Amino acid sequence: MTTTDPQALPLDPEEARRVRVAKLERIGRWVLPLAIMLLAIWLWDRICVWNEIPRYILPRPGEVLATLYTDAGLLFGSLLTTLRITFLGLLLAVVGGVGLAVLFAQSKWVEMSFFPFAVILQVTPIVAIFPLINIYVDNQTAKLLLCAWIVAFFPILSNTTLGLNSVDRNLLDLFKLNGATRWQELWHLRLPGAMPYFLGGLKIAGGLALIGAVVAEFVAGSSGQSSGLASRIIEAGYRLNAPRLFAALILISFTGIVIFLVMSLISHLVLRNWHESALKQDR
Amino acid sequence: MLQEGPATAGEAQGRGRSPLLMLRDVGKSFSNGVVALRNVDLAIREGDFLSLLGPSGCGKSTALRIIAGLSTPTTGLLDWRGDARGRSDIGFVFQEPTLLPWASVFDNVWLPLRLRGVSREKAAPAIREMIERVHLTGFEKAMPRELSGGMKMRVSIARGLVTKPRLLLMDEPFAALDEITRFRLNNDLLELWQEQRFTVVFVTHSVFESVFLSNRIVVMAARPGRVFREIAVDAPYPRDEAFRTSTGYAALCREASGVLGEAITLGGGVHDDH
Repeated sequence: MTTTDPQALPLDPEEARRVRVAKLERIGRWVLPLAIMLLAIWLWDRICVWNEIPRYILPRPGEVLATLYTDAGLLFGSLLTTLRITFLGLLLAVVGGVGLAVLFAQSKWVEMSFFPFAVILQVTPIVAIFPLINIYVDNQTAKLLLCAWIVAFFPILSNTTLGLNSVDRNLLDLFKLNGATRWQELWHLRLPGAMPYFLGGLKIAGGLALIGAVVAEFVAGSSGQSSGLASRIIEAGYRLNAPRLFAALILISFTGIVIFLVMSLISHLVLRNWHESALKQDR
Repeated sequence: MLQEGPATAGEAQGRGRSPLLMLRDVGKSFSNGVVALRNVDLAIREGDFLSLLGPSGCGKSTALRIIAGLSTPTTGLLDWRGDARGRSDIGFVFQEPTLLPWASVFDNVWLPLRLRGVSREKAAPAIREMIERVHLTGFEKAMPRELSGGMKMRVSIARGLVTKPRLLLMDEPFAALDEITRFRLNNDLLELWQEQRFTVVFVTHSVFESVFLSNRIVVMAARPGRVFREIAVDAPYPRDEAFRTSTGYAALCREASGVLGEAITLGGGVHDDH
């Protein structure tokens, strides 16, 4: 990409300008959001000071950070609980979503018959379904998992189904011509072909699993002895412990960001050799 | 319908005598009322390089799919001769390279053997040989996206030939390539054909390509798709760049163009679909 030809001509003004803009853009991509973030935090701090807002209404950023440190044992223990539900939920969503998608891919009839159920499950707000789950399921963990699963599995199912069906017609013919079995067609053609779609679904599902886990705990929290981050937030709300509330909130956001980054990394690593979405623009 | 052209070209080569596959009164119509093919009689002889030449909509691709067994004829039948094994004895090269984007060149060429249950180790010598024959040695580990259009097409040809098929079907394989690449692939394909002695059915809409490559050109007409006339290309093989610029080649092209022109007028195909 950066091979230099010894006989290269000096850059003309237009090309030089293009290089300069590209360089600025590269720096700006990191510096700008960071600067704005710092500015916002500083403004938050100033607003608290200027308006003399009491700490139980809006704590100063420094205070939140201090709470994150002093309450670390409590908060990170809760984070672990939430993470456990999130990842188990995501795992089940992957297994269920891909499993159902593969089943759908076996026959148009199966897909036509059952896909509407998946849609219904997806469009009904999870908070509205939860009271039912509360009646039917005893185990607290199972309740939360079920919620996280319902929220997270749909993007994986719909994306993977789309991917399994978006196979190159010519390649399908080639497989047929070479006497491939259904299994070979699935394993060597449809599943690898669906990978970019699946990974796109996974990226969405990772965030949704976290949301599902937190929302479920919010609705279930009052009735159980769960100790995830959502329970901490409710608890802190009752006690007017705003610094801890904020600390827990920041942890959840941070977790969401990390999950997204991890999913993006997985996607990049899997697709970097072949898929357009993972290619560097070196041409 | 079929006008048996004199088989001199084939006989001059000492090949193309015994029939490999006969299409007998093959017709194909689709549910939307389109008659893609009607009353097609065609004898494909062992060692032929047979081009199906015609305007778009003349059913040449449909004919190819029927020969491959990817589509069933509405009327008529396919008559395989001798010990040909039908579908499993066919290699297919599509208009696009249609490689598996997630697999290396080596694994792409392996695919047909893999689907037949041949392990990577056992298939390796055949794969390496094929990759060498299409002049891609050194690119075994390359991914399709790293290759140029011509190189991808070479991989596709290697994949089509790795099972040592009796019959290679090619559906306008070089239509999307630039002229320089196309000429080079034409030469290399002919070389392969002479070395390995498989039979080729080659769909094209290029008069020049069909004359350069084939010993028989079957010109087809549209609406309904049918065989219009057969042209025997008597020029001897090997054909090289000298042939491409010879007066004989030019005369043959003129003849084929004339026949194609007649076929187009007959089929009412003045307004093109594209």
